[in-house]
Amino acid sequence: MTAPLLSLRGISKRYGEVRANQAVDLDVAPRSIHAILGENGAGKSTLMKLIYGVETPDSGEMLWEGAPLTLASPAAARRQGIGMVFQHFSLFETLTVIENIRLVVPGRTAALIARVRELGAEFGLEVDPFAHIHELSVGERQRVEIIRCLMTDPKLLILDEPTSVLPPQSVAKLFDTLQRLRDGGVSVLFISHKLEEIRAICDRATILRAGKVTGHVDPREHDAHDLARMMIGRDMPEPPPMVPSQPGETMLELIGLTYTPDDPFGMPLKDLALSLKAGEILGIAGISGNGQAELSELISGEIRLPFDDREQVQMMGEPVGHLGPAERRKLGFSFVPEDRLGRGAVQGMSLARNSLLTAHPLGLVRHGLIPMAQANDFTRRCIADHDVRTSGVEAEAGGLSGGNLQKFIVGREMMLAPKLFFLAQPTWGVDIGAATTIRQKLVALRNQGVAILVISEEIDELFDICDRIQVVSQGRLSPSLETRKTRPEDIGRYMIGAGAPA
Amino acid sequence: MIALEFILSGMLAAATPFLLAALGELVGERAGVLNLGVEGVMALGAAIAFIIVYHGGGHILAFAGAGLAGALLSLLFAFAALGLQANQVAAGLAIGILGQGLSALFGKTYESLTVKGLQKLAIPGLSDLPVVGGLFVQDIVVWLSLAATLAIWTTFAFTKTGLLLRAVGENPKAAHSIGYPVIAIRVAAVAFGGLMSGFAGAYAATVYTPLWADGMIAGRGWIALALVVFGTWLTARIFLGACLFGAVSLAGLAAQAGGVELPSQLLASMPYLVTIIVLGIISSNRRLLKLNGVASLGEPFKP
Repeated sequence: MTAPLLSLRGISKRYGEVRANQAVDLDVAPRSIHAILGENGAGKSTLMKLIYGVETPDSGEMLWEGAPLTLASPAAARRQGIGMVFQHFSLFETLTVIENIRLVVPGRTAALIARVRELGAEFGLEVDPFAHIHELSVGERQRVEIIRCLMTDPKLLILDEPTSVLPPQSVAKLFDTLQRLRDGGVSVLFISHKLEEIRAICDRATILRAGKVTGHVDPREHDAHDLARMMIGRDMPEPPPMVPSQPGETMLELIGLTYTPDDPFGMPLKDLALSLKAGEILGIAGISGNGQAELSELISGEIRLPFDDREQVQMMGEPVGHLGPAERRKLGFSFVPEDRLGRGAVQGMSLARNSLLTAHPLGLVRHGLIPMAQANDFTRRCIADHDVRTSGVEAEAGGLSGGNLQKFIVGREMMLAPKLFFLAQPTWGVDIGAATTIRQKLVALRNQGVAILVISEEIDELFDICDRIQVVSQGRLSPSLETRKTRPEDIGRYMIGAGAPA
Repeated sequence: MIALEFILSGMLAAATPFLLAALGELVGERAGVLNLGVEGVMALGAAIAFIIVYHGGGHILAFAGAGLAGALLSLLFAFAALGLQANQVAAGLAIGILGQGLSALFGKTYESLTVKGLQKLAIPGLSDLPVVGGLFVQDIVVWLSLAATLAIWTTFAFTKTGLLLRAVGENPKAAHSIGYPVIAIRVAAVAFGGLMSGFAGAYAATVYTPLWADGMIAGRGWIALALVVFGTWLTARIFLGACLFGAVSLAGLAAQAGGVELPSQLLASMPYLVTIIVLGIISSNRRLLKLNGVASLGEPFKP
């Protein structure tokens, strides 16, 4: 093996009580695509921040082309030839593509524009230099980030979960770009938790679990099961079995739902139609920013429609478009919002008090007073029934891990015995164990005859649990597709707005 | 007709204190820092400038001293709000009150004294035009502040410095991650804001009404703050807004001179009334605010 481009020796980093990285060793060869594989919370992002100079390690050493390397800042990393594409992009929405590039790359504007076009053609990264970032799709934004990195001539390019925001078709294009980059002499550090992707394009893989390295392998020589074992320490859990559904009454119906948000960066919704019956799970797929946020607030009641348009949203057969969240909940609706901290739970309050947020109708408030014993009881049951790992009812919501807090919130909403249950991104940023638990609970609830709507960006998740899938793209909703008769590619076509196969 | 001529000839001079302070605040807010201390910083600048002119230091030295004092007081704000990450609203108010206190302290022995203002410079030819001629007879500070408006507009529209300020204000995290010193840029922007507020105070006390009275800034700093929102963070609109306020404050005087029977207190409160009304109208257009607004305004940033 040739001398490594980058070597890490015994790198450790802790945040308070959390040991994000413990004695991590890593060698990245020149001209290679090297995967960092691990599930949410395994310490991948921390490691990348250390390599890119955003954070400094507590101990251990880094070698760059054989010489010791200390990075005080991202700017120092860039000077060495290390570039990074963040999962949540570091682009400025109100500026144009070329303005974003000018902030990082020195040179005259005309020359920069020519360079953008040249790189675009060479690596399959076409993008309009004068477009404002907020007008671009997520895939295009990623291209801007990659171009911006490439313009500083990096020797090492770090990509943090680059495929999590892309439709399947764009993933193939990204992989093509990465292979061309490697052949052009750039090493790529590819962070992911998706096993098949890593097997498809990576030459080497380093696997992290709970902040420690559990393996250095050639991913092409191992199957997905091996990799999964190294990543989560046991076999990949099976998706829950699905019995054929026996749909009952219609619980949620959208009829020509049309809405224009005040927010100029929001996505207007045009003429959405959807119908969900009891005993079914309907999934809404799509790339984020295509109208999911607006749709989710219209269903939850956080956005109300004018009284005249109330028929556009129907729950349990009643027009509810004009009603607020509390009134909709009274009809038997409950929901789990996308952001756990802020909308799903209050960070600085105990779990018992967080129970009260939505479970107050279950006798937890009497004459305006809170009988704490009942609230504690309710919370204790929720913790026990839904496998929430926490110190008890007095634990602060903000202190729980993402997975445990999500299990608590989902559990709390389930205990309200909803007829219609809506979840936005139920397993986003949740570890595999908790995600599996949540999916199993949802399928069990469906089998008991609850109508469930799930918005998710994880296509695999929707295929695991949904009876039907609809795709949201550019504020429009595709026709309903039966999961059994649909392939992920078909969903992908709708995601990029290409519509039904001919 | 005479009223119109009166308003046109005086409008720019009346607008200048608003304009200078608002331009300074604009730069700070574009970088994401809300400095509510403008009123106090202006008051301090006014007192320093008045004292220097009164003792024969001349206007150049007076403006320099006022600008320096304004910048230093604003750096104190920056230390609290950016260095120690104190709440920007509270820190700004505290600095404002401190500025007003210092102004009263320094100005105590100068109460009701007067100094000589600045000569007006006429643009030959244009100043002889009927009705609008008065627009072209102004003192040097007015002309310089028009130049400053143009310079700031150019900076935001065409230069990398402007781009950087906007970037830091929109998304400080991203600016940090691509390697810019967010805090240093913000501190510089706040210091510039203080400098301009100091100039604004100096103009009010030694040129526009060259007479010292405690509390002479009389809310002009607050209007400058409102002007930045009023102009939706765009230089050209802030300039127009400042002219509007200049005109409205003169309209009261013109009306009195024309024999309109209105209580003087009501006339004096006109600019504030107009501020409230216009801000209400602008704020009702959320789209406009969101498109031009500063995403991270007032939010602390810790690198």
